[in-house]
Amino acid sequence: MKKLKADPKGVLTGAHYLDGDYALAEGALAAGCRFFAGYPITPSTETAERFSERIPKVGGVFIQMEDELASIAALIGAVWGGQKVMTVTSGPGFSLMMENIGLACMQEIPLVIANVQRGGPSTGLPTLTGQQDMMQARWGSHGDYEIIALSPDSPQECFDLTIEAFNLSETYRVPVFVMTDECVGHMHEKVVIPPADKIELVERKWYKGPKDEYKPYKLDKDGIPFLVKAGDGYHFHTTGLTRDELGYPVINSDCQDVVVRHLVEKIRGNADKIIKIEEDQIEDADIVVISYGITSRVAIRAVQMARKAGLKVGTLRLITVWPFPEKRINELAKKIKAFVVPEINYGQMVLEVERCSQGQTRVIGIPHCGGWVHDPDDIFKTIQEAAK
Amino acid sequence: MRDYERYIRYRTFPTPWCPGCGDGIILKAIAMAFSELKIQPQDIVVVAGIGCSGRLPTFFNTNTLHTTHGRALTFATGIKLAKPDKTVVVISGDGDALAIGGNHLIHAARRNIGIKMILINNGIYGMTGGQVSPLTPQKFITETTPYGNIEPKFDTVNLLKASKASFVARETVNRPIPLKQVIKKSFQHKGFSVVEVISNCHINLGRKNNMKDPIAMSRWIADKTVTQAQFEKIPVQEQNTKYPVGIFVEDKERLEYTELYYKHIVPTTQAETIKANSTAKRQKK
Repeated sequence: MKKLKADPKGVLTGAHYLDGDYALAEGALAAGCRFFAGYPITPSTETAERFSERIPKVGGVFIQMEDELASIAALIGAVWGGQKVMTVTSGPGFSLMMENIGLACMQEIPLVIANVQRGGPSTGLPTLTGQQDMMQARWGSHGDYEIIALSPDSPQECFDLTIEAFNLSETYRVPVFVMTDECVGHMHEKVVIPPADKIELVERKWYKGPKDEYKPYKLDKDGIPFLVKAGDGYHFHTTGLTRDELGYPVINSDCQDVVVRHLVEKIRGNADKIIKIEEDQIEDADIVVISYGITSRVAIRAVQMARKAGLKVGTLRLITVWPFPEKRINELAKKIKAFVVPEINYGQMVLEVERCSQGQTRVIGIPHCGGWVHDPDDIFKTIQEAAK
Repeated sequence: MRDYERYIRYRTFPTPWCPGCGDGIILKAIAMAFSELKIQPQDIVVVAGIGCSGRLPTFFNTNTLHTTHGRALTFATGIKLAKPDKTVVVISGDGDALAIGGNHLIHAARRNIGIKMILINNGIYGMTGGQVSPLTPQKFITETTPYGNIEPKFDTVNLLKASKASFVARETVNRPIPLKQVIKKSFQHKGFSVVEVISNCHINLGRKNNMKDPIAMSRWIADKTVTQAQFEKIPVQEQNTKYPVGIFVEDKERLEYTELYYKHIVPTTQAETIKANSTAKRQKK
């Protein structure tokens, strides 16, 4: 994995007052993204607008496509043209992208999709918040595959984690989702953009060997195949069909076994390197509040109230949501009385916490159907109940 | 080895197509067009969606992308914008281009993005075993219209004309030389081009409609093929059953999309940035 410094052209160094949607775009530009294809959808549209203004200034491409199916397809095409790419969407658009997210997984395409989540199902609450696409991010496309998903809790993290998302997508050749939400997307805060030489980027795994020996899906030592650009004389073939090392279709269960195992294991096998979580006051805790995105900021208030009341409560914030930190959850489950899991959905990541706890501790979800964040009092009450 | 064979990827043969399928003729016509225009294999990207036509790129010795159903044009849009100097060819079938991908077709035409599209019209979903498509002739029997097709077919040429396409042509697999010539012309066109190729699917369309073999189907195609001059003389109510051939639209004046983008948008914004920076510097002084 070769490290690079960011191209100063795309980096708006300085302290800014930005909303999360704009910060997503700035993070992408700093990470070297030079291709954006998207479709307007509330509450993510501001990111597209920011790209349309900013990306031509650095010589990049902005195109508003006819729908979200077209948007993600254009991204995959642009990756084969050698670009770093991103799109942004919300629930309904995310649903439309699912088929080609599967293709991106199959063709091992590095790309970044930000989902500024809103309340669902269907058109739901276009202008109000939600965290209801968390399971869809993991399982939305058909077949077996793995992706990476991150969840920022502030405009600053929208910037930082978008860069991280690009780096992960290049390292593992996989689609990476920035699963933010309407609250963070529309929240204005201070965003500090460092100088370009302080931003470390992962270079794409370019193949540099003899032209007639290139095999698009031959694994390198690190288990990740090399990429080339269309038009550089490699004459490769790529498909969504189950394929061999050369990229040609092979329709049988032996080849399927090799391909699917690879797509899954390249992420599962590197989960320890990928996963980032943030723990606070966990040493003496017998109750741990697990949360992510905007909900983790609400949880802080509830934990302060609980500590004041003399309860031993800690927090675990998921920065990486997928792959899920199953080892750490299992470890904690052995020591503590209960996990409390507030999230702005009717219970999604709480199921993962239950799975990883393996019945060793109580897991109490705090569902919220969307449209607003939790009341810290509700989380506090659940903590009190868990402590009994 | 003849020169056009440089463009054919023999290692992936045999093809998955039925004996007598028109796709082979189209494969050769495209390869010959590349060869005669001396477009080098590394400068070509061939993109296709799903269906019998979707398997065509596998057999070109260039950069080839097999994508998802109906979306080939959108992948190609990404490639063309990332690599504007490459010859980007999309091969699509009638179901791929006009049913599931119909929206992308009209938008690519509207944008006039420099993609060269070969639209193979065999009037049927062949790969899935013969279901009705938006280009199946009326009254035809298919697996999903066992009592005859009641839907009229799209008039591809007028649909594309209305979408402001800058190059629209039609040929048939019965006429391989004119087919190659018109493909060559479309490859030389700068903007978005579509060549609709009327092809035969005797297995999945012909068989159910008294045209069991490739000869019977190609006779049927020959009977339906007319020149544009002949077409004008046909009574309007019968026109929908005929396939006029030749070039219908060739607008060389309209600017191509990537050219517009890179010559208009990018320099304009960069000039603005330079201007803003120099104003800022002056103010500092």
